[in-house]
Amino acid sequence: MKLTPKTATLLVLAALVAITPFFFPSGYYYRVGALIFVNGLAVTGIVILTGYAGQVSLGHAGFAGIGGYACALAPVHLGLPPVLAVVLGAAISAALAWLVGRPILRLKGYYLGVASLGMGILISMVLNNERWLTRGPDGIDVPDLGLRGVLKDWGLNLSNGEFWYFFSGIVMILGAWAALNLHQSPTGRALRALHGSEIAARTVGVDVSRLKLQAFVISAVYASVSGSLLALQNKFITPDVAGFMHSIEMVTMAVLGGAGSVLGAIFGAGILTLLPQVLTVFAEYEQMVLGLVMMLVMIFLREGLLPSILRKLRGTGE
Amino acid sequence: MSLLDIKGLGITFGGLRAVNEVSFSVSPGEIVSVIGPNGAGKTTLFNMISGIYLPGAGQVVLNGEDVTGMRPDLLARRGMSRTFQNLQIFQSMTVLENAISGYHLQERGPVLADLLGLPSSRRRSKAAEEGARALLARVGLERAAEREAGNLSYGALKRLEIARALALNPKVLLLDEPAAGCNAVETEEIDHLIAEVAKSGVAILLVEHDMKMVMRISSHIVVLDHGEKIAEGDPATVSRDPAVIAAYLGTEAENADG
Repeated sequence: MKLTPKTATLLVLAALVAITPFFFPSGYYYRVGALIFVNGLAVTGIVILTGYAGQVSLGHAGFAGIGGYACALAPVHLGLPPVLAVVLGAAISAALAWLVGRPILRLKGYYLGVASLGMGILISMVLNNERWLTRGPDGIDVPDLGLRGVLKDWGLNLSNGEFWYFFSGIVMILGAWAALNLHQSPTGRALRALHGSEIAARTVGVDVSRLKLQAFVISAVYASVSGSLLALQNKFITPDVAGFMHSIEMVTMAVLGGAGSVLGAIFGAGILTLLPQVLTVFAEYEQMVLGLVMMLVMIFLREGLLPSILRKLRGTGE
Repeated sequence: MSLLDIKGLGITFGGLRAVNEVSFSVSPGEIVSVIGPNGAGKTTLFNMISGIYLPGAGQVVLNGEDVTGMRPDLLARRGMSRTFQNLQIFQSMTVLENAISGYHLQERGPVLADLLGLPSSRRRSKAAEEGARALLARVGLERAAEREAGNLSYGALKRLEIARALALNPKVLLLDEPAAGCNAVETEEIDHLIAEVAKSGVAILLVEHDMKMVMRISSHIVVLDHGEKIAEGDPATVSRDPAVIAAYLGTEAENADG
């Protein structure tokens, strides 16, 4: 039986999540792994927005901020269980993305980039300044998700690190599954079509503004859930999660790994999460080496690391 | 009764009248060709009819409805589809996916069903894929189905665009130089294809430089020069028209290589 790219990607991800812990020298690596998966989830949203639909956002960390703060605030102020707080955060992010997306998605290329950047900065400023609600730049405590306790009652006793590793891994795989479904679906085709030629997409009947908006909203939900997971596993959150640097990180991870492919983008999230840890051997030159690596990849492997590597392996010299 | 009525259509770009007061109509099963020297305004006219440019004056009436300046995707829903002179192919998609895209209006559905990969979503894709494969066979591209479209020859891409436009099952089909860059054999194939489509009752509007092809397949010809209609009629009448001969002789040197 021939493996479809979708099944292959999901198998690779499942195998990675399941097998790598056997090689962990210490419990600390569960934490790094969970961080990769959280980033991988956000970046999968970027794949839908940028890789499929060809639209740029430099403000998606704003949605991660909303997802994160929803988990901090909704349980305290609304009495919601944290699981529902994740859903509420995603709903608010989706609604905001819909509102903001309608005017700004008319813009193209770097105009859209700057407009989305403004949106991200606005969200991050609100989180910084509305101290009465968010406690400002010092950050705020986030209640426990409670799922680990439930699993314990069922006889599955995981350490905190192990739990968040596997839980984030599963959520990331679910996110990848949905993104891959979308890729092969009528909506995904229309998104990729408008990426290829907006004018031709219109002439085959694609409602371009509507489709772009859908991609923007979906990717906002991915970012929001990723922010929620980050807040819940840290049990603490600061406005940095919504910051400009985090937005840039998301886009960089996706583009570096290969924004057109889910596996590639997650690979990029892995590399950029791990690299700073590895590059500590360069001490104060760490950031410089990181920047250099990014420049070299973009100059020589424009499609992104993973797609370029796979192409070389297959030996198709295109 | 005509399906597409162009009434006094005009547009100016920065003071320059690119198209001025052009009127004609196209009926089902008819092939109407728009010809004229380079820069006569043929593609501009096409872009106004297909909703890409907003006309400065005049009306486009499709099936009795005024569709002047309507968005291309809404025109597509009303049965208008087109190809482009400078190819507009979805380069990084496969040939098959390009053809399936033409079925967008039939295959689209709730985005949530598509995200969750529900059976309904797969059914829609499957139906579109079957139609697309049949169309690719019709334009002789069935064996290239899985190839990335960007790797195809120019002539093949021209045929792919026609297939994609046909996928909409249009009432009116606008073809902007469908045979440009094609060799003699390919041109003849496209010829047959267009005639066949017209025979099935589609109204076809054609811009083409290949005069032999135009004379062979057109039922009616509209001649543009400097944005104005200078003549129209059946091929025999138009080819004898002194104004047409003058316009073409005047630009003979430019067209010698085309």
